[in-house]
Amino acid sequence: MQLETVAVFAPLLGAAIAGLFGKKIGDKGANFATCTLMLVSAGCAVALFRDVLFLHHPHTATLLTWISSGALKVDWALRFDQLATVMVTVVTVVSCCVHFYSIGYMAHDKARARFTAYLSLFTFAMLMLVTADNLVQLFFGWEGVGLMSYLLIGFWNGKESANNAAIKAFVMNRIGDFGLALGLMATFFLFKSLNFDYIFAHAAEMKDATIMFLGHGYGALNLICALLFVGAMGKSAQLGLHTWLPDAMEGPTPVSALIHAATMVTAGVFMVARMSPVYEYAVQVRMFITVMGGLTAFVAATIAITQFDIKRVIAYSTMSQLGYMFFALGVSAYSAAIFHLFTHAFFKALLFLGSGSVIHAMGGEQDMRKMGGLYKKIPQTYVLMWIGSLALAGIPLFAGYYSKDLILEADFAKVGDAARFAYWLGVAAAFMTAFYSWRMIFMTFHGKPRADKHTMDHVHESPPVMLVPLYVLGAGAMFGGWAFHRFFVGDARQAFWGKSLFVLKGDHTVAMAENIPAWAAHAPVAVGVIGILVAFWLYMKATKLPAKIAKAFKPLHSLLFNKWYFDEIYHALGVVPAFIIGRALWKTGDGKIIDGLGPDGVAKAVAGGARKASKIETGYIYHYAFAMLAGVVAFITAYIFCVQN
Amino acid sequence: MITFPILSLMTFLPLLGALLIFCLRGDEKSVAGNARIIALLTSLVTFGVSIFMYAGFDPHAAGFQFVEKYRWLTGFDIHYKMGVDGISVFFILLSTLLTPICVLASWKSIQSRVREYMMAFMLLETTMLGMFAALDLVLFYVFFEAVLIPMYCIIGVWGGKNRVYAAFKFFLYTLLGSVLLLIAILAIYHQTGTTDIPTLMASSIPSGMQKWLFLAFLASFAVKVPMWPVHTWLPDAHVEAPTAGSVILAGVLLKMGGYGFLRLSLPILPEASHYFMPLIFGLSVIAVIYTSLVALVQEDMKKLIAYSSIAHMGFVTIGIFAMTTQAVQGAMFVMLSHGIVSAALFLCVGVVYDRLHTREIARYGGLVNNMPVYAAIFMIFMLASVGLPATSGFVGEFLVLVGTFKVSTLTTFLAATGVVLGAAYMLYLYKRVVFGEIVHDDVRKMTDVSAREIAVFAPLVVLVFWMGIYPSSFTAPMAPAIEKVITRYDSANHIVPHAPKGVAAPEVH
Repeated sequence: MQLETVAVFAPLLGAAIAGLFGKKIGDKGANFATCTLMLVSAGCAVALFRDVLFLHHPHTATLLTWISSGALKVDWALRFDQLATVMVTVVTVVSCCVHFYSIGYMAHDKARARFTAYLSLFTFAMLMLVTADNLVQLFFGWEGVGLMSYLLIGFWNGKESANNAAIKAFVMNRIGDFGLALGLMATFFLFKSLNFDYIFAHAAEMKDATIMFLGHGYGALNLICALLFVGAMGKSAQLGLHTWLPDAMEGPTPVSALIHAATMVTAGVFMVARMSPVYEYAVQVRMFITVMGGLTAFVAATIAITQFDIKRVIAYSTMSQLGYMFFALGVSAYSAAIFHLFTHAFFKALLFLGSGSVIHAMGGEQDMRKMGGLYKKIPQTYVLMWIGSLALAGIPLFAGYYSKDLILEADFAKVGDAARFAYWLGVAAAFMTAFYSWRMIFMTFHGKPRADKHTMDHVHESPPVMLVPLYVLGAGAMFGGWAFHRFFVGDARQAFWGKSLFVLKGDHTVAMAENIPAWAAHAPVAVGVIGILVAFWLYMKATKLPAKIAKAFKPLHSLLFNKWYFDEIYHALGVVPAFIIGRALWKTGDGKIIDGLGPDGVAKAVAGGARKASKIETGYIYHYAFAMLAGVVAFITAYIFCVQN
Repeated sequence: MITFPILSLMTFLPLLGALLIFCLRGDEKSVAGNARIIALLTSLVTFGVSIFMYAGFDPHAAGFQFVEKYRWLTGFDIHYKMGVDGISVFFILLSTLLTPICVLASWKSIQSRVREYMMAFMLLETTMLGMFAALDLVLFYVFFEAVLIPMYCIIGVWGGKNRVYAAFKFFLYTLLGSVLLLIAILAIYHQTGTTDIPTLMASSIPSGMQKWLFLAFLASFAVKVPMWPVHTWLPDAHVEAPTAGSVILAGVLLKMGGYGFLRLSLPILPEASHYFMPLIFGLSVIAVIYTSLVALVQEDMKKLIAYSSIAHMGFVTIGIFAMTTQAVQGAMFVMLSHGIVSAALFLCVGVVYDRLHTREIARYGGLVNNMPVYAAIFMIFMLASVGLPATSGFVGEFLVLVGTFKVSTLTTFLAATGVVLGAAYMLYLYKRVVFGEIVHDDVRKMTDVSAREIAVFAPLVVLVFWMGIYPSSFTAPMAPAIEKVITRYDSANHIVPHAPKGVAAPEVH
């Protein structure tokens, strides 16, 4: 009982101490409080990991009734089943690393107490999300992490670009949440409950139900799953609702590592896995998810190969990897998706924090065109970035290999066009992933230094407080896949997951993944190696070639470099019209039409052409009288009418 | 029935305070000081009485409690009758809570005619409480109209530059509705021979007549809510009203419309309410989207919050007319939450207005640098307005949408877009006022909130989280009274609970 509460609420306590008393206890005190409590939380989580996943004790602790309105009753609860516990462990461990790393990274910032309070509060919200035992608490966590993301992206609130990115993130996510909220309502309408246990127990009975929605009848479970998936698309930056994620890099790098790589952006993946007992019956929606995931993985990778901002490269890489997770979910390979979420959290947080270490060393520079030749000066960061990239590219024995390969194999094994489509896009993305990763490494660490001498002299390895968390994550990136694949996706998976992930009988994509042709199984690794070699050739040997290629394929390069013009399109179709319409409704709708025909019109008529509002002052008794008169006329008319009836 | 007339005591205590203030003698400064103190003490005592009343309130009963009944107009069966149920009791508490906050908020910002100002507020409190406690249509009408007089004065005397225009517009709009309300009341009396609200809630009026009566009620209540398109008085009234005037206007007066619908229209005219539901849904959805878009382009802080109020009230009218348990409880909750949150937002504007004397958004920017506590307080209420879970703003809107889904998915869908737009205009406002670097020198000189200002905000912050984290304290006591209205509505309109096609109605969990 107690362990769960401590694991979830310790970060909240830390946030409260740092946030409310940050001035009194100082930055060091705030850091000490939050980091200690985060360590406690991670310790509890690891203990729970053992208890729930290896000793098989899933359980739920109810804290307090939250909303109770007629049939709708939801609690504040901590549900520690296998799925939740995996998530809690990932979140707390990565968060712990990021907390410590931030002590060093943010050492020169003015508002360190506020920063660390935000990080802790984010962690709390994320834990509430994953331990929810009903959809409403999940929604609480969902919005809570969205809020913290907003606050942390806009942490440097003196910067206009940071503030705009923060608003963009929040509003884009709100569009997703709009779908999620409608999904909740449809769920309640169908099940008369929002509690997971109840929904899961009754999902099978509802598979033929239909719901009338906006004048059309839809299969109830398909409708619910589609609406919920809109929420996941926003939070997990799937194609269409993704444009906030690259801009979110305006936030400090530890934030990008924790929120925009390891944890929050995976909430959508978690949600679909959590709702697997419902998604299993929503076949069309799962096909859609498969296609969306494949497209996202592919499109994001194409953008990543052209970007020069080191954080944006990793951000698009994150988006691409999230696409992988989704097309795993689409083919019912939930365990593979969560496994990739698990390994990805380590190696992507490592890559982000490593890039943070680079940026820190370069005095805030993020443009790779101004880097180069850093490997001798920051060798530890260099090695760690290699480890992260090897894991990302899915090179055998590194963490990503176990999870990413399995996802692609599962998609190949699944019968159907959508799955095959996703497989090929995934293989193409795997090639690009390796390519852009080594492009980044070569541009950053090799070649001649392109920064000025002053900056280069300043370059230094990060302090231990930043490096130790990197080593922890590095260990995860190296051994996480090898050590855990047997439990997550191997022979022991049934016992490991228990009932927390649901797959329809007869659907064994994860098991079938072992029996696909050898060429299909080896293709991802092969293209990964080729990708590394191509990057080596282009950025180490023929260094003038990339610019030539970009010139030769100008339209294509512009399309990719400008991120397929999503931002421009959304701005022209969404933001600009909203302001134009708003102004028109205000000035014309309220001003000319309603006021013009209403009170002002009456005033004008009565005052006999009084044009200025100031004149009303002298005449308002008459207006009053007129209104009275009008009222009396209406009175008599209506009264007569009523009496006659 | 001899019970202690606690409702009358509570209602007329502020009137007594107003008389005391009226009797003050001495030089202007001491009168002002004493008037403030008397007003604060009176309103605090009234608040205490209301808490005491609530302590004795039975949360499981559906009927009216603390009922007082005295003969008033003999020969006409019109009585002075007071009583509260789970619906009205919360509005009473909201009124008694906000009045002392208003007095405190005006402590320094009102320097002219302080005595009259405080008297106006005391009178306003009496009329508000009387309106929420009245159980006789005529008594209700008297209080309902009387509320306007002190409010009209507060805007017209202590308001800004265009105060007379605003007060006039306010009065003109509401007057038109009032006349029709009076006609409707007379017609009801003519038809049923009684003006006793509990009796009327059980009597049936022919459905043809119900429709006319409904439209008359609508004319009055829609202006108060305000519903689109009779909303344009509100932005002007808010902009010109002094801070405390805006607080009480947004906090309590806007709830008169919703309360009127729930107290009178639905129970007395259930069939007409059902008949006109599409109309109300249509107007409300337009209100939500239209005013949210308008809020996006505002350059005046108060106007922006005023327009956002109209959008929030759109949720209220949707919820009330959806007439499902969740939707009506949600509508009540939105009203209470909005009472707290919009009041607090206007107080937030008041804080900076007192320092810089402008409401223009572009004149601010970068306040987080020199007013961090203010920034945090403003952030809390901004987020509550956006409807973030764990704040009061979420619970109400969520329940309304959940409850409306089974009545009309289209309405739910369109209203839910307001949640996206709401985030856009509030965050955009916050960014322009609080974030960024300071560009104006006078802004740099602004000081953070004082102890008095923190005292004003503290209870509201507590309530926002309390309502957000443990809303059951509020929804449970209102449930029986709401259920009663819904039961009557359903039986009058022959509504049986229906389930989605393809499954038997699942058991209630």
